[in-house]
Amino acid sequence: MEFGLNESQLLLKDNARKFFAGECPMEEVRRLMETETAHDPALWSKMVEQGYTGIIFPEECGGIGLGKVELILLMEEAGRALLPGPFFSTVALAGSVLDAVASPEQKKQYLSAICSGEARSTVAILEAEASWNPADVHMSGASGKLTGEKLFVPDAMVADFLIVVARDGVFLVPAGAAGMEVQPMQAMDLTRKVCSVRFSSTPAERLGDTAGLARALDVAATALVAEMVGEMQRTLDVTVEYAKTRKQFGKPIGMFQAVQHQCADMYLETESSRSAAYYAAWALEENAPDAAVAVSIAKMYASDAARTVGNRGIQIQGGMGFTWENDLHLYYKRAKASETSFGDATFHRERIARLVIDSGAASVLGA
Amino acid sequence: MDLNLSAEERQFRDELRTWLDANVPKDWAEWREKPLEEAFPYLRAWQRKLDGGRWAAVSWPKEYGGRGATLMQQAIFWEEMARAQAPSMANALGLGLIGPTIIAYGTQEQKKRFIPKILSAEEIWCQGFSEPNAGSDLASLQTEARLEGDHYVVNGQKVWTSFGMFGHWCELVVRTDANVPKHKGLTVLLVDMKSPGVDVRPLRQMTGESEFSELFFRDVRVPVENVLGKVNDGWNVAVSTLMYERGSYGARLHLLFKRNIDRLIELSRTVQKNGRPAAGDALMRQKLAQCYAEVEIMRLNQLRAFSRIAAAGVPGPEGSILKIFWSELNQRLQQIAQELLGPYGQLLGEDRRAVDKGIWSYGYLRTRGNTIEAGTSEVQRNIIGHFVLGLPRSY
Repeated sequence: MEFGLNESQLLLKDNARKFFAGECPMEEVRRLMETETAHDPALWSKMVEQGYTGIIFPEECGGIGLGKVELILLMEEAGRALLPGPFFSTVALAGSVLDAVASPEQKKQYLSAICSGEARSTVAILEAEASWNPADVHMSGASGKLTGEKLFVPDAMVADFLIVVARDGVFLVPAGAAGMEVQPMQAMDLTRKVCSVRFSSTPAERLGDTAGLARALDVAATALVAEMVGEMQRTLDVTVEYAKTRKQFGKPIGMFQAVQHQCADMYLETESSRSAAYYAAWALEENAPDAAVAVSIAKMYASDAARTVGNRGIQIQGGMGFTWENDLHLYYKRAKASETSFGDATFHRERIARLVIDSGAASVLGA
Repeated sequence: MDLNLSAEERQFRDELRTWLDANVPKDWAEWREKPLEEAFPYLRAWQRKLDGGRWAAVSWPKEYGGRGATLMQQAIFWEEMARAQAPSMANALGLGLIGPTIIAYGTQEQKKRFIPKILSAEEIWCQGFSEPNAGSDLASLQTEARLEGDHYVVNGQKVWTSFGMFGHWCELVVRTDANVPKHKGLTVLLVDMKSPGVDVRPLRQMTGESEFSELFFRDVRVPVENVLGKVNDGWNVAVSTLMYERGSYGARLHLLFKRNIDRLIELSRTVQKNGRPAAGDALMRQKLAQCYAEVEIMRLNQLRAFSRIAAAGVPGPEGSILKIFWSELNQRLQQIAQELLGPYGQLLGEDRRAVDKGIWSYGYLRTRGNTIEAGTSEVQRNIIGHFVLGLPRSY
């Protein structure tokens, strides 16, 4: 049993860290967040060259066929850099859903386009009630046409095709389809744009039924948790650095226990989130019986931890931490957006309750 | 990363499981709730049996009667012990902390003299570290040892000594040089508790029982061959014992926590809240699920720490997050038990209406000590701040 990373995993993570540090420094994040889409085609091409867009997808679709653990290592480093744009939406989310529900022919067409870097995509799930439970979706695609509105769809403005979750199946709609209207929603995280998408008798291609959806969304949620871990790590790192150098009363503020103990708690919360994320990825990869519980544990814990780590980081950096010029608010806003995506802590606690209290199987874990 | 058991780990587990199936006493349930004084001979006999199968100290090197088990195998060991509902071992401190310290720092004679009897529980060990004026600031301790010929003469007082009432031997930290900085004048002595001048007084704690003792030393003579490690190098020896304490303890605790949260979930299906089972109450579901998740994260943090320190050989400062995590989680778990049980939560084992023989009232009080013993949460956060994050020392 080995919970550490093997050599090729360490190499992948290290390379990703260097890649994002070099290609997407904070000045670039700030430049992109002020654009309408936060998407940069040049940066995208470089990620394609690295093989990142095909990381977990089969070789016959042009992917490189690595596992979920490798995916989350990449996401963790993307999170550390606060990578803007549609990478998460396209690869971890839309790619996973396609991989899970589409026919081999559809995968050949659409998943290949994602791997090769030609296409960006996203998945539309939420409606007005904003429930993350797919059973609460009202929209129907039975007629081969979609009508209604989807909300909080990440990166829909740059998607070449959208995947739409309906109550009776999963559908695909190409950009510019008749009766489809994409509008930006004005939300606090500028680095990942969310949109409303209105359909009016919009023709849609059926990808498959909703049976495989839960597992694909679990993969996406775990990737998002890993991204949150990277964001927490960066928040911790810059906060510790600040506490070492900022002086008050003639001493570095990190010498005061009121500050130092908050840093210790940030470390505990970050590491615990990482343990949960890594395990969830491994459990998904191995199809372990507790995979769904493990994903909910990770998303639950990280949703609260990311917010708390952000609070502590800004508190320790004092007035400077509250300025626009300081980067922490960018991480803080992403943390809030990620907290509610795919269910917040309350949602996942209820899901855990359903899985372990209602099932009567209190020993799903560690069995 | 691969969390499946390796072939070697599976073989270790299977061998242990077979041995436990054949040897775990069937009457443990009758002894479990008895006071430690009464159950102690039973626990010693059980440890002797484990030692007979070379299972008492799996982490120790083979030449000292262990199995040279990896950290993962140690985790498997405690998991299997829990699964088999095996009793705990009598000489917990000797096996977990003091034996490994003697193996690391002892002379050949000391190892030959002490190690076999630690394994067999023939000699029970206690730890004389804390003093009334030296708790978190352990290095300021004042119990002094004066060299007189071939003996040290010890005078002073220790407190919070686990197993003090049963101890035959004590790992005692004393001051041998008062004229140097506080960390540099300490020495570890191995003290026979039957020596004239040793007085053991039980210390009654808020649970009503006496797990700990106060030790008084008055002109106690300790032969120089019982110095462990070098004279005035006692701080390093003592710190290595404390590292074993923080590193290995959590593995066996996880299984206790797991049993407790599973039991609370089971109880929630019958205990009534607002006119229906607590398992259907939205708020109790949230709390139980949160606790269930944290118990699992505790296990994952430990597995990750094991992997990380396997290469280094000894536990490092990252053990401090494990200590904070389990001790604070245990308090939250017991508070959820209290919320679930309402007024019944306060009933002691003696009351015929007590739930689960009073383990929840006891647990609520006992866990209050978890964030104090084995290094307070404040000290653990100092360790993370300074040794892990590199912040300047605060004290």
